[in-house]
Amino acid sequence: MRPEWNSFVGGKWENEVNVRDFIQKNYHPYDGDESFLADATQDTKDLWQMVLDLQKKEREAGGVLDMDTKVVSTITSHAPGYLDKSKEKIVGFQTDKPFKRSLQPYGGIRMAEKACADNGYEVDPEISEFFSTHRKTHNAGCFDAYNAEMRACRSAHIITGLPDAYGRGRIIGDYRRVALYGIDFLIEDKQAQKDSTGRVMTDDVIRLREELSEQMVALKMMKEMAASYGCDISKPATNVKEAIQATYFGYLCAVKEQNGAAMSLGRTSTFLDCYAERDLANGTFTEEEIQEFVDHFIMKLRCIKFARTPEYNQIFAGDPVWVTESLGGVGVDGRPLVTKMSFRYLHTLTNLGPSPEPNLTVLWSTRLPENWKKYCAKMSIQTSSIQYENDDLMRVTHGDDYGIACCVSSMVIGKEMQFFGARANVAKCLLYALNGGVDEVTKKQVGPKYRPVTGDVLDYDDVMDKFIDMLEWQADVYVNTLNIIHYMHDKYCYERAEMALHDRDVKRYFATGVAGLSIVADSLSAIKYAKVEVIRDEDGIIVDFKTTGDFPKYGNDDDRVDSIAQEIVHKFMTAIRRHHTYRNGVPTTSILTITSNVTYGKATGNTPDGRKKGQPFAPGANPMHGRDTHGAVASLASVSKLPFKDAQDGISNTFTIIPGALGKEDQVFAGDIELDLNK
Amino acid sequence: MKGRIHSLESFGTVDGPGTRFVVFVQGCPMRCAYCHNPDTWPMKGGTMMEPEEIYAQFKRNEGFYKNGGITVTGGEPLMQVDFLIDLFTLAKKDHVHTCIDSSGIAFKPDNAPFIEKLDKLMELTDLVMLDIKHIDPVKHKELTSQPNDGILAFAEYLDKKHVDMWIRHVVVPGITDDDEYLFKLGYFIGHLSNLKALDVLPYHTMGKVKYEKLGIPYKLEGVPAMDKDKVIEKKQVILNGIRKRREELA
Repeated sequence: MRPEWNSFVGGKWENEVNVRDFIQKNYHPYDGDESFLADATQDTKDLWQMVLDLQKKEREAGGVLDMDTKVVSTITSHAPGYLDKSKEKIVGFQTDKPFKRSLQPYGGIRMAEKACADNGYEVDPEISEFFSTHRKTHNAGCFDAYNAEMRACRSAHIITGLPDAYGRGRIIGDYRRVALYGIDFLIEDKQAQKDSTGRVMTDDVIRLREELSEQMVALKMMKEMAASYGCDISKPATNVKEAIQATYFGYLCAVKEQNGAAMSLGRTSTFLDCYAERDLANGTFTEEEIQEFVDHFIMKLRCIKFARTPEYNQIFAGDPVWVTESLGGVGVDGRPLVTKMSFRYLHTLTNLGPSPEPNLTVLWSTRLPENWKKYCAKMSIQTSSIQYENDDLMRVTHGDDYGIACCVSSMVIGKEMQFFGARANVAKCLLYALNGGVDEVTKKQVGPKYRPVTGDVLDYDDVMDKFIDMLEWQADVYVNTLNIIHYMHDKYCYERAEMALHDRDVKRYFATGVAGLSIVADSLSAIKYAKVEVIRDEDGIIVDFKTTGDFPKYGNDDDRVDSIAQEIVHKFMTAIRRHHTYRNGVPTTSILTITSNVTYGKATGNTPDGRKKGQPFAPGANPMHGRDTHGAVASLASVSKLPFKDAQDGISNTFTIIPGALGKEDQVFAGDIELDLNK
Repeated sequence: MKGRIHSLESFGTVDGPGTRFVVFVQGCPMRCAYCHNPDTWPMKGGTMMEPEEIYAQFKRNEGFYKNGGITVTGGEPLMQVDFLIDLFTLAKKDHVHTCIDSSGIAFKPDNAPFIEKLDKLMELTDLVMLDIKHIDPVKHKELTSQPNDGILAFAEYLDKKHVDMWIRHVVVPGITDDDEYLFKLGYFIGHLSNLKALDVLPYHTMGKVKYEKLGIPYKLEGVPAMDKDKVIEKKQVILNGIRKRREELA
């Protein structure tokens, strides 16, 4: 065994890249409580104060403190940056100083220029010229290949939020590999992968060989970048500090080269705990020191920034990075994957204060240790900063070493990836069905000229027929647009750093998404159970509705309408599945417009459910605002009926409740309800 | 027997242990100044519902209520004992935890047929949350328009029946926050052997908007919400009363 791995339990992981095997053989499940946790050190407090000061300055400067306009960001493009070198236990920034946003033109030069211009900066004209004339971008490639219908659909927002001018993100490198194996081993492994490709030079083999070469270049650059910070990551990490640092460097390389819509971290805590336990046992580090490393690591993740435009920020409600880290969950052998490190990660919310980033996501199982459940609940109450996802549901598909990209997209770390596909506006599609493909806002013929609804009162069977036809058309143009997008992204904006930390043959999910599900469900319910009369404008286009009578509304555990929602999801997914997908991606769908529901609402006319033109959609799979009148369980029950097998990329439900309604006060909630007379 | 129902809440987290399916019955004789459900006061209105219909709604999502159960509140549940017996009979067949949130106002110790039914209901009830508004008879009348002797008798009755009990008390600034009375309250409940928890709740003003909608004058106009930290101190006063009584009884 290599000396760096001393006292670890060996196994398959020693001879092949297999982080899961290492974790399974070496992690120590922890079912105790949080009392072992250490406070923030003085250095942590000092550094965090510096970050807070920078955040304040950034806000005062209008949202951006500094932008790079001259240096195109690569893994090695920038000299090291520090807050205070003498205090930072974990180092590394995207550029040569904190809060300076990097220049990333490969997704699209115009987007990069606009992001600068909107914030009062100007991209160096030489760079603009280079990326307009000599080096094509992902965005330019997409528009070269789009057809007229795709462009029309894009403008009309019936398919929307497409990653054709910005990085698609959603790919999680297995950053743990850098720590466990060191770069040299990974390069050897990649070389062996390249040597083992097919000998007949088909398009696929040529592309794979070129990609593997790019990955090896990225790995070499990682080593070089780390060396500039005085760290040697060519060999495996020897302790928890080095392991955290190496893992972070892996991630840092990804965000130096990709301004993706979600740049998630993976599932690192239990992996790192194996090192922490070894160091604690050997007396290498104290609990306080280990917490300090974690605090500094998380602090760095909180400082990840990208150059973005106001329009982008509108779609995503702010400029989120989605540094999602998945915590906990249960292994396939039944042992919870909760370790002390899981607690340490959440404890950063105490030591550094609440924060939306990194997006700490607890993989929830009924079989998690009780102490962990209590601690999560307590931290949720105190900080409102934790996301929860259903591990019992996802483990069936992904096993026990998957992570979440963005908010809900699950993938096995290092073995699966996703082509992010934004979403189809199905509410608008319903209106197209009524109007024979004419857009209700622009009055342009965007969709196919199918027969519109005649008559003044909508008939359920007639509308449903027309809607399904239109949905199939929508799926068709949507998937084909995405095929172009991902082809071009691979070609001009390839994620070499992240893919270097994947296996050679990855499973690619071809993600799609729907927006406006609850509107369509309620609209069809209104048509079925109430009377919906159409109101046409002077051109004969249906622009409004008069609904008489009540109808069942999605979100009340009422099968009459919930079954309609289920059917739409199933029909949509069936239509998507029919198509060829780029690189044989496995098609999935999500129902998760957490932030962009407002923007989509703006682009959509009146709908038969009573929603007015421009009004926001409900987020994700949520019932429409105020229509779920039977309490949270009934509302959740409606959502939980949606078929996961048809929406495997995730179903999200945004749930807000005042803390008081969840248990009056935290003293009561924490188990103090029993009468304690001994106090 | 059908119940007169104000509404059903599928996600109750403050009305008994765990997550609970909460049935709000329509109708209450009390007129508590700080009541946050004045819309449940009238004895008429609401929707008549079969116990089976309500129980079926619970069953649909029973997975959510594994650590909880069913709570009937209101309104005043004990105004509809027959309905409660039917509903809880269904629940107990499936070993579902049952809870009644009551003011005890409907308790009539001398009414033999009522007591007979109540005895039956208590066999089907796992927990009663008894809301004692004020320990002093005069102040109680001022606050709620009703006397409190029956309510205190109900607490004694529950104790004899060995029904688990949570005592709830809302602390309203200037009205129910007097230490002397809080101590007395503690002293009274101190002898109840089935007392399982003491739930001291801070008065809040969230109910006010309902009064405005209903056009009912809000008696506590101008009274601020209770400071949550102070409530913890007030709880200690009640606990001191309980301790005193228990020392005496020991």
